[in-house]
Parts: sequence; C-alpha cells; structure tokens
Amino acid sequence: MLLSMNWIGDFVDLSGLDKRSLIHNFTLSTAEVEDIIVKGEDTYGVIVARILSVENHPTSKKLHLLKVDTGSGVVDIVCGAPNVREGMRVALATDGGAVQGHKIAPATIAGFTSYGMCCSEAELGISDDNSGIWEITDDIPLGTDIKSVYDVDDIIFEVDNKSLTNRPDLWSHYGIAREFATITGRALTAPALVSLSDFDTLPPVEIDVRATDLTRRYSAIKVENITRRVSPVNMRIRLYYCGSRAINFLADLTNYVMMELGQPMHAFDNRRVDKIEVQTFPRGLKFVTLDGIERNIDDRMLMITSGDEPVAIAGVMGGDASKIEDDTTSLLLESATFDGVSVRKTTTRLGLRTDASMRYEKMLDPELCSLATARLLSLLFECDGGARVISSFTDAYVNRYPTITLNFDKRYVDRYTGIDISSDTIVTTLTALGFGVVRSGDDFSVTVPSWRATKDVTIKADIIEEITRIYGYDNFEIFTSESALLPVREETEKTVEDRIKDILVASYRMHEVHSYIWTDEAKCRELGIETAGGMRIINAQTPDHQYIRRTMIPTLLSVVKENRGYADTFGIFEIGHIVDGVLENGYCNEKKKLGAVIFSRTESEESVFLRARDAALEICRDILHKSPEFVSASEPYSFMHPKNSFDITVDGVKVGYLSVPHPTVNKNIDKKCAVAFVELFIESLAATPAADIKYSEPSRFPAIDIDLTFTADIGAVSFTALRTAALGASALLNDCSVRDIYTGEDGTAALTLRFSFLSKERTLTKQELQPATDAVAEALANLGLTLKV
Amino acid sequence: MKDRIEQLRSDFEAALGSATDASELEALRIAYLGKRGHIAALMQGLREVEDKKTAGQLINSLKTEVEDRIKNADEALRRAAVDREIREAKKYNPTLAFPREMGSYHPITLATREVEEIFRTMGFTIENYAEIVDDYECFEALNIPKHHPARDMQDTYYLENGQLLKTHTSAAQNAIMKKYGAPLRAIFPGRCFRNESTDACHENTFFQMEGMMIDEDISISNLIYFMKTMLSEVFKRDVKVRLRPGFFPFVEPGFELDINCAICGGEGCPSCKNSGWLELCPCGMIHPNVLEAGGIDTERYTGFAFGLGLTRLAMMKYGVKDIRDFNSGSLKALSQFKSR
Repeated sequence: MLLSMNWIGDFVDLSGLDKRSLIHNFTLSTAEVEDIIVKGEDTYGVIVARILSVENHPTSKKLHLLKVDTGSGVVDIVCGAPNVREGMRVALATDGGAVQGHKIAPATIAGFTSYGMCCSEAELGISDDNSGIWEITDDIPLGTDIKSVYDVDDIIFEVDNKSLTNRPDLWSHYGIAREFATITGRALTAPALVSLSDFDTLPPVEIDVRATDLTRRYSAIKVENITRRVSPVNMRIRLYYCGSRAINFLADLTNYVMMELGQPMHAFDNRRVDKIEVQTFPRGLKFVTLDGIERNIDDRMLMITSGDEPVAIAGVMGGDASKIEDDTTSLLLESATFDGVSVRKTTTRLGLRTDASMRYEKMLDPELCSLATARLLSLLFECDGGARVISSFTDAYVNRYPTITLNFDKRYVDRYTGIDISSDTIVTTLTALGFGVVRSGDDFSVTVPSWRATKDVTIKADIIEEITRIYGYDNFEIFTSESALLPVREETEKTVEDRIKDILVASYRMHEVHSYIWTDEAKCRELGIETAGGMRIINAQTPDHQYIRRTMIPTLLSVVKENRGYADTFGIFEIGHIVDGVLENGYCNEKKKLGAVIFSRTESEESVFLRARDAALEICRDILHKSPEFVSASEPYSFMHPKNSFDITVDGVKVGYLSVPHPTVNKNIDKKCAVAFVELFIESLAATPAADIKYSEPSRFPAIDIDLTFTADIGAVSFTALRTAALGASALLNDCSVRDIYTGEDGTAALTLRFSFLSKERTLTKQELQPATDAVAEALANLGLTLKV
Repeated sequence: MKDRIEQLRSDFEAALGSATDASELEALRIAYLGKRGHIAALMQGLREVEDKKTAGQLINSLKTEVEDRIKNADEALRRAAVDREIREAKKYNPTLAFPREMGSYHPITLATREVEEIFRTMGFTIENYAEIVDDYECFEALNIPKHHPARDMQDTYYLENGQLLKTHTSAAQNAIMKKYGAPLRAIFPGRCFRNESTDACHENTFFQMEGMMIDEDISISNLIYFMKTMLSEVFKRDVKVRLRPGFFPFVEPGFELDINCAICGGEGCPSCKNSGWLELCPCGMIHPNVLEAGGIDTERYTGFAFGLGLTRLAMMKYGVKDIRDFNSGSLKALSQFKSR
C-alpha cells in the first residue's frame, strides 16, 4: 500500500521531524516499509501562466507558436499540444526550472526559440494524463509557483501489505497517522466531519438486510444536485500518488475516503438504485460488474439488490447497470461492513480482488461506516456547494462486536518483557493508540478501541505487543534466562539416522540425496515400475505427483538413472518418509526409511549386491551390535528381482530388505549396468534394543584354525544355520567364518570355512582336534555340505 | 712378550682393514677373541713372563681395543648396508593419485547438523517429527482460525484422508509440548511443503527448523539474547539483531528478526536491498492459546519460539543460487558437499 506523508500530515503535525527517520521508526514499531519515493523533488520553476495568443507554425502541422503571459512579462513558447487555446491558463516550466529532472532552457524548435514548456499533468508527474497540456481552472494569480498551491511535493512510502494483514485499522492514512502520532508523541487531529444527526428528520432509505449472518452493518444516505464532475487538483494528486487513477468526482470521492479512513464506500446512481436489500441467491445468477465482465454468482456470494434486482457484489464490486454516469446528479451512498471471511471466499471464487475486498478481508471496524459517511459528506459540501442530502442516515447495524476490556498489572508486563517499562509509559502509549486506560497504582483496566477489537486485540498478551513495539525493541536491555540447567534428552531415532549417514558416507562413499515425498509416476513408467496408488494428495500440481511414496527405492532408482553418466560406480542414499497404508483411525501409517542404491558399470551384479549387503550388515552391527539375518523375501515388490530379493531381520523382526532390480527395471536404468539396493526401517532399528557389549577374558592358550572346503549349493546355504550347527557339534569350536566362495565354470561350487578351535584350559592337541573336526564336518553334511577330500 | 703383543696388534690392524663383510668380521672376532684365539694364546703365555702384572695389563688393553674396533667395524658395516637399502629403495610418488570417489552429505544435513550442535551445547533437545500431520497440529493448535488464508488449498497439500503435508515445522509444537511439558528447550528441524510452483527461489518441498524455550518468566529480553547468541554462532560473527513487529497467529507479540548484512556491514547493498538488514527468521512469544493447547500453565510459564529456514540458510552458507538444486538428485551438484 502506498501512503502519502502530506495526507498523514492532515492528521498529525510532523513539522520539524526528519521524515525518513520517521518512516524508519515506523518499520521498527508498526510495519515494514519497502520503499520510499520522493515526489516533486526534481520539478521546480513551474508557474501558472496564461496563453495570450496561438499561432500555427508555418511548416509543422503539430506545433503552435504561443505568446504566454507569466504575470511578469510575455514569453515565446513553441508547443506541440493539441489542446492549446487562447486565454487558457497553463503550468509553464520556465527557463532555469525543471520537470521531473528535465532541465528547462531556451531551445530552438523547428526554427523558433521556445523560452519554456507548457506541461501536461503526466510531464509534471501528477497523473498519467498526457493527452494535452494541463488546463488550470483554479483562480490563481499568474506567476504563482504551482508548488505553492498544489501538493506536487510529497514523500510516498510503500508498506508491505502482508505485514498489515492483522491490522484493518492500518489500511488508511488516518490509521497510519495514529501510529505516527504515538511514535512521535504528537497529537492526532480528527478529520472534518458533518453531523449525521442533522439529517434525522429526513425520510429514511429503505434497507432490508436479509443475510444477517454475513452482514454486520449496512448504512446508506441519499444526496442530490451534485454538479461537480472533476475532483480538486490536490485530491487527484493524492489519489494518483497513492496508486489510484482519478475517474470522476464521485468515484474519486469514495476512493479518497476509503484511502483516508479505510472504509470502502459505493455510490449508486439514485435513478437506478432507490432502496437496498442484502441477500444471497440460492440458485446463483449471472451479473455484469462495472468493469463490463459477466460473472457467475453462486449461492454463497452476498449480493446487494434493489427491488431484488442485483446491483453489486457485496464488498467486492458494483454492477455495470447502476454505476455513476456522466450525467449522474443524485446518488445512494453505501457505507457497510460485510463478513470478512465471506468476502474473501467470494473474491477467491470469482478471481476478483479489489481495494474494497482487500480491506473487508481484514475484518473492518463497523464503527467506520458512519464516520466515513460523515467525512464524505464534509468533503462533498466543501467541493460542491449545491449538493443536498435528501434522506436520513439510515443504519442497519445488525451485528455489533462486543466491547473488550482487559485487566492486567505491571508485574504481568515485566514478566513478558524482562525489563522495566514504567506504568506512566504504559498509560501514555496505550492512550495514544486509542485504548481507554483506567490505572490504579500498577493495575490497569484497558478498553480496546473498536478499530482494534474486530480480531486483533482480544487477550492481554496482545497488549504486550502494543507497549513493547512503541517502546522499541532496539531499546531493550537483553539478558540470558535464569532457567535451570537440565540434561538434554536424546532422540534414539535421530542418533540412528546420523550414524547411518556417517557409515554410508565415510565407509561406503555414498552420496546423500533428497527427493520428493510423492512418487513421480512418469519416471516410474520410464523404469517400468508399476506404483499404482497409495495415499492420494487431492490437490497435487500434476496427476503424476498425486500419490505419496510407499517405498524409497523407485524414486532413488530414477535418481540413479539420471546420474548414470556421473561415474562408473557410485552409490546414493536418502532417509525419507513414506506412507505404508493407513492406521485404524484412518491416519497415514507414516514411516521413516533409509533407501540406498549402488550402481556400477564395471563390477558384477553379485559384487554390487554384496556391497549393499555389507552396508546393511555394518549398520545393524554398528547400531545394534547384532548381525541381521537375510532370508528370501516373502513379498518382494514388483521392481525387485524375484529370486535375489531378501528380507533383513533382526531378532526375527523385519527391519528392511536387500535386492537387485527386476531384470526389466535393470535394463531400463541402463543397458549394461549392475544395480543393488537396500531399504532399512529407521523406526524398527531404533526400537530394537542394542545388545550390551559382553567382555570375555581372552584365552592364554593359542587358537588353532582349520580351513575346510565343502561342495555346496551356495544359493541354498544359510550361514547362520550352519554356524549354529557347527558350534553345536563341538564344545572346542570357538568360531566359524567364511574364507572363500568358489564357483567353477561348470557350475560346481565350493565353500571354504575357517573353524577356530580354542580351549581356555590348555593348548589343544592333534588327538583332540581330529574328532572335533570330524564332528563338525558331519554336522554340516546334514545341512548339505560335502567335505572335499 | 711385549713384542708379541705389538706384533699381534699390527696383524689385527691389517686383518681388520681387509675384512669387508659381516662374515669376515665374525671370523676375525673368533680368531682373536675366541676361546682358542690369539689373545687367549697370549694369556696362556703369561705363565712364562716375570712381570705378569704389566704384561697382563697390556694384553687386556689389547683385548679391549680389539673388541671396540670389531664392534665399531660391525656398526659401520650395518650402517653401510642400511644406506645401500635406502639408496636402492623405490621412490614413491604421492602426487599421482587415482581418482577415488568420496561420499557426500546433503547440504541440508550439513547445515542442520551445524545448527543442531550449537543448540545441543545450549541445552536444547533435538526432536524428529512426522511430515504428515492433521489440521489440529498444523493450524488449530497454533491459534490459526478456521478461515485463515493459510489453510487455503493453494498453500497446503491435503490428503484424501483429511490429513495434510505440514506447511511449517510449527506443526510439531503441540505434540512436543505435550510430550515433555514445561520447562522445555527443544529444536525440531523438518521438511515442509507448500503447494506452489517452483522457480529458482521457490520450492514446494523445503526445510525449516523450529525452536522453543519455555520456562517460568521467559521474556522478550531473553528471546533477543538467545537469538543473538545463536545467530552469532551460526554465522561465526557477532551479529546485530533487530526485531520488527510481525504477525503470526501462534505468537504474541510476534516479530520479524533481521540481522545486519554481512556483505556490506550494514551500509546497504543489493543483497540487503540497500537496507543494511537481512530478514532472517520469524519469532515471538508463544501465544497463550498455543501454550494452553499444549497443556502448559500460562499463569506460570511463558516461552518463545522461532523458525529458521534451513534451506535458505544452506543457500546463504554455500552460495547456492537455485533452490531446486537441493532436490534435483544431481550428483554433479550434491557430491561437492564432502564430509567434514
């Protein structure tokens, strides 16, 4: 929103104060100022002058040669404007002056010397009208500097609209002036008003508010015999500087009052609108707004009608049929408060946001209705002496906000601020902001002014902000708290996540990536992965992004595919959230999972697979001090290899899976590549108790290692099973580990195991070892391992 | 006798001079110092000498000399052998390294860990939270009224079961208050979602970090102190902070916190839009309605809360210009963030 310092100056005397530092303080105490624009600074030496004679240029069709009376002499001017006329009073930029930075000096134009320039309003920067030179109609002596009568000089500042969302009172110059008055400690002067009660004896306007739930107040008054068509220059300049084009006197007047007091007003042509109903239409209708566009009105949109004929969308825009025409002389003036939420929803559905609707959305103070009417009439009478009120001020005040009174003491303020703001300062600040303050010692009883009571200030904590922002946060002394020092509570899940990242980055040289929580169906199709469904986002940006992912892997396979040119071999991982169906209460069963994928062009699939296995193994051993089990997957996803997919379990609980891709998916990643992946369930890992570290006294006697090679069906062997069997077969066997796996070209396979025999009492002898070894080999034979001799 | 001793000494000199390796030296040692060696033989001869004492001394001195000389020669030979080994050793070249992939953390992880570490040292618990929440957690418990624009479809992703993707980390406030009660110091980083189109400055998926401190008599003064201390640690300089009024339904009073621009030092430059200040994080005193919803006694406790844009922080920290790089999955971009 653009604000004029001149306009603010109508209500608070800021003379002698530096405007820029005032605006800076406004940022710190009220709302953020985004820009400051100084108007008129580079325009000077422009005076009121009169055209004495107009002569056509001998050769140019456009140019005229003028003699212009400056009040102190006559000068020659060459002018290209189409509207020059003898006797016309104009704004003349004189030799040595400037218009918007453009310096004026005698110049030869098409063979004739011009000693100045007759200016258009656009050239002076006071409107966008560049159709011709500005005709000055006010009675001002020739030679008068236009700046001494017109407010060309001004400082305009722009406040971020977003920072005003909670302050309906600040959508007006008067409201902003109240802030300046409070910040500077100067007095706030009320605008000139007429007394509405003067019209009480006149007949009322017929008003029928039928939609009382969506209307707070609807007031109207009728005026006739308005003859003025063009607004006063200073009014037009202010409107233009604040971002609104001048239209005609009546439209300008309602805009002016809205910008001054924040109350949107609507002027209906009284010939077309003589009475008012406020209602909704259950079946909707079509309605042409004053911008000429036909709009679909639905059953929830509040409408203003006259004799049931729609004439305006309440709080948004008037209708084309009842708008002010050039010959309008009598009007019905609406000043109303509609429900802010209803107005906002209407604008959203229509895709039509106006200066009026923006203000209603913020929850306007209904008290403004009468104030704005009184102000508008005052301005009207000032500008058009013949205008006459012909109805009473008719007021349907159907929903009043309650008066809010808040009680608190200084201790409450001290506790919130942490510093000592005096009771006197509290009273001064709140009084200046319009609060009614009753103080008794350090106890306060505060009445919230109507313009703050619509939603902004409702509880005593809200009062703290009023006191502190005016006190100034820069003036706060800052202290650390006196809170007790307590041990930090550690989150297991967080620790598990951090550890997993460290292991994968440091030991497996993987890269952490981030992807989206939704499945990218298009990318999955490219890989030949069917994802079909899941929890649906009802307002996804594209249908391909509407399902929340159920597993990490498909997205990560896409990421791998996109990076396949990055290196011959690489790994990626992400810890992210997925949704695994819904819980009993219908809520998402949200889980956090690690997904890790290894890609290689140079290594065999088995070696890539085993590295993925190692990563899973190491994570489990590191975090849980337990070795996981790998068993053929019970229900592999469709993108997994039906044969080489495994569930990872710890203590019998599934904590993840390990797999290579389905051959079809693999080929879609790249024609020739090896890929393997692992998914681990973070919550399951965090919930599994870690094994304690158990210390066992090392034997003082040497262990004896014996390597034995067996022929075996490698794919069918479970190491855990054979280790358990071996350890059960001999009490002297201390450990058993894999030494070598050999697969011959003819398909034969051999497994070499190392058996470590150990006694804590003695050095083992050959005589003891032979039977122990035989027992172990026999136990393994039962599991399908044949000892090679 | 004396002559024999001198003869033996000069014979030894000659023999030692011609011994060139360890085995010759060992043979020499046995020949002179062995049980049947020359010096032992001299000792045998002592019986025939009158002045036994003098002769004995001379022999002993010869023996000591021979022992020393052999020991020295042996050491010299060993040194020479080591010198030769060094001379003949292969010269390695550490400059010719084969490229070997390093792992990398996501920049968000690095930035988050750094901030977490700072808060951990200040006694804050680090909390995880869900990404899918309900209307109560995301809005109602945070004093955001039913018809607030923030709830509109254009900002929030709604799910078919009525839940939604959390639009801010504040959505965890209520649950964390209920979990721990007061006093409480916690931060909770997390991923947030806003239904908007993406460009270099906007992402629909981004990270924030929320923090809360609740205790008896926590004040605005404390808030400024903590924010200044924390941000000075994050930016590794003594930052100046500035509070401006800011409106967020879940705090009262609410602030926009600015820090002085590091690039121009507060003079004004394009990075700070000539203001000398950078808007960094919204914060404020937790609204009494929010504390109450979290089961905290507002007569006894007050608290502050703040939000920090982790994605934005990572962009500032690493000079990332396009926010979309973070979720691109592109290893050309992400592999640059090596482990610390």
